[in-house]
Amino acid sequence: MSTSDIILKLSNIESYYGPIMAIRGISLEVPRGRIVTLLGANGAGKTTVLKTISGILDPQKGSIEFLGKPIQRMEADKIVRLGLSHVPEGREVFPFLSVRENLMMGAYPRSDRDGIAKDLERVYGYFPRLKERINQPAGQLSGGEQQMLAIGRALMNRPTLLLLDEPSLGLSPILVKEIFTIIKRVNEEQGMSILLVEQNAKVALETAHYGYVLEIGRVVMNDTCERLMNSKDIQEFYLGAKEEGARGERRWKKKKTWR
Amino acid sequence: MLDFVQQLVSGIALGCVYGLIALGFVLIYKATEVVNFAQGDLMMLGGFFAFTFIGMLGLNYWLGFAGAVAAMALFGMLAERVVVRPILGYPQFSIIMATIGLGYFLRSVVGMIWGTDDFKIETPFSEGVLRIGSLVLAYDKLSVIAATIILCALLYLFFNRTTLGTAMRATSENMLAAYYMGIPVKRVVSIVWAIAAAVATAAGVLLAPITFIHSNVGLVLGLKAFPAAVLGGFGSIPGAVVGGVLIGVIESMAGFYLPQGWKDVAPYIVLLVVLLLKPEGLFGIHMRKKV
Repeated sequence: MSTSDIILKLSNIESYYGPIMAIRGISLEVPRGRIVTLLGANGAGKTTVLKTISGILDPQKGSIEFLGKPIQRMEADKIVRLGLSHVPEGREVFPFLSVRENLMMGAYPRSDRDGIAKDLERVYGYFPRLKERINQPAGQLSGGEQQMLAIGRALMNRPTLLLLDEPSLGLSPILVKEIFTIIKRVNEEQGMSILLVEQNAKVALETAHYGYVLEIGRVVMNDTCERLMNSKDIQEFYLGAKEEGARGERRWKKKKTWR
Repeated sequence: MLDFVQQLVSGIALGCVYGLIALGFVLIYKATEVVNFAQGDLMMLGGFFAFTFIGMLGLNYWLGFAGAVAAMALFGMLAERVVVRPILGYPQFSIIMATIGLGYFLRSVVGMIWGTDDFKIETPFSEGVLRIGSLVLAYDKLSVIAATIILCALLYLFFNRTTLGTAMRATSENMLAAYYMGIPVKRVVSIVWAIAAAVATAAGVLLAPITFIHSNVGLVLGLKAFPAAVLGGFGSIPGAVVGGVLIGVIESMAGFYLPQGWKDVAPYIVLLVVLLLKPEGLFGIHMRKKV
């Protein structure tokens, strides 16, 4: 893979919440047109990585390159204008704005009316349920519909890279399946690169091409999703596979290969 | 009956001025969760700008009005940039103290430049009355009401029909999400301050034929506009105007029908009763987040 195909490159990023070091030197790459996933338990620093990329948090050290340009410590709204959209954890829709207004806010950096109208139709195509609720305030939507709105809103910016933070949070298994089918469609139809953070390791590994495993602010493993899925550690600690031990019990204190 | 209608009209006119100042409180509070206690003083300063342009430089009334509004819009941006932005993120208390300090500062500076006398602005509405049968309504009061309606309609169209206005509402509902959308939040906040100062100035100039302009007028009216904003449910734009009108009407009625002294107390009694029965204010909305 040539280097020009890497659209996002993090090198040795360190981020702090006040005095607490949340990310301890992370490097990762997102190739063009690919879905890359970050896996890890609560507090591993997945969301912090995304916030650091999109400029909500400034990294203390390290560099972030997006489309060959350094974007660390750039204002968040400027980064969005470069074509990097972030679907935050917990949806964060504008509750009193209508569905349509929410979507139009996603297109705020753009000024090409025709393109915006086309993308609006495209988003309604992905999420027909949003079209039915076009004039309702977003606060009245169900959790799943709000997640659809949050994703649709980010797509309205027609980003080169989409950051998705926990799209499955609080959704029923059927809705999770529906949303991930659409994420895959967006990736395949528009060639949009996606960096996906997900607690649901199974669905994430099935959707993505490449995965990084994070633990307490560090990358402990990275590989293609196929190989990750076959890894014993991932199966046991993230996919919940039970291995019969010699005594017929599940091992609780097993050392992981990276420790 | 005639008395009642006349009191009602003058109450509404005064209430419109309260409402416009309260509107400034609400706009800034909604966008940044900062309560700007210098709002009344922004109105006062706007009034003095208009007095300078119209009374001292002899400009045409409308030209002077527009000039004062424009100058104050710039001043509002400057105040936000210099006084508020550096301490955003610190405890509410510091920000409130900073805006109170800004108010004191403006009152003293105005006193130093223009003196502490009362000033009068000549307006096209200062004299003349409208007669409907035996009902006599002064133009100065009607002009305030008409201008408030026009201003509210313009603001409504701005906030609901334009992208920038929608972006302002979005920012006030969820600032973090506004950043994620690529909305330039800092610029939006500075425009909100410009609008709040411009609306306050409009209130100050409209008020001019009814009362005199002096350096403490903002403090006095700000104290009435604040309960108006609370009455309407702090954070609701129509609520601010309705709250202002209610306070103005109550004050005017109490002044006419009740013994002396009730005029200034009555609005606060009503405010207390409303807050007891409906703590979120008349137009308040509960914010609840879905998880």
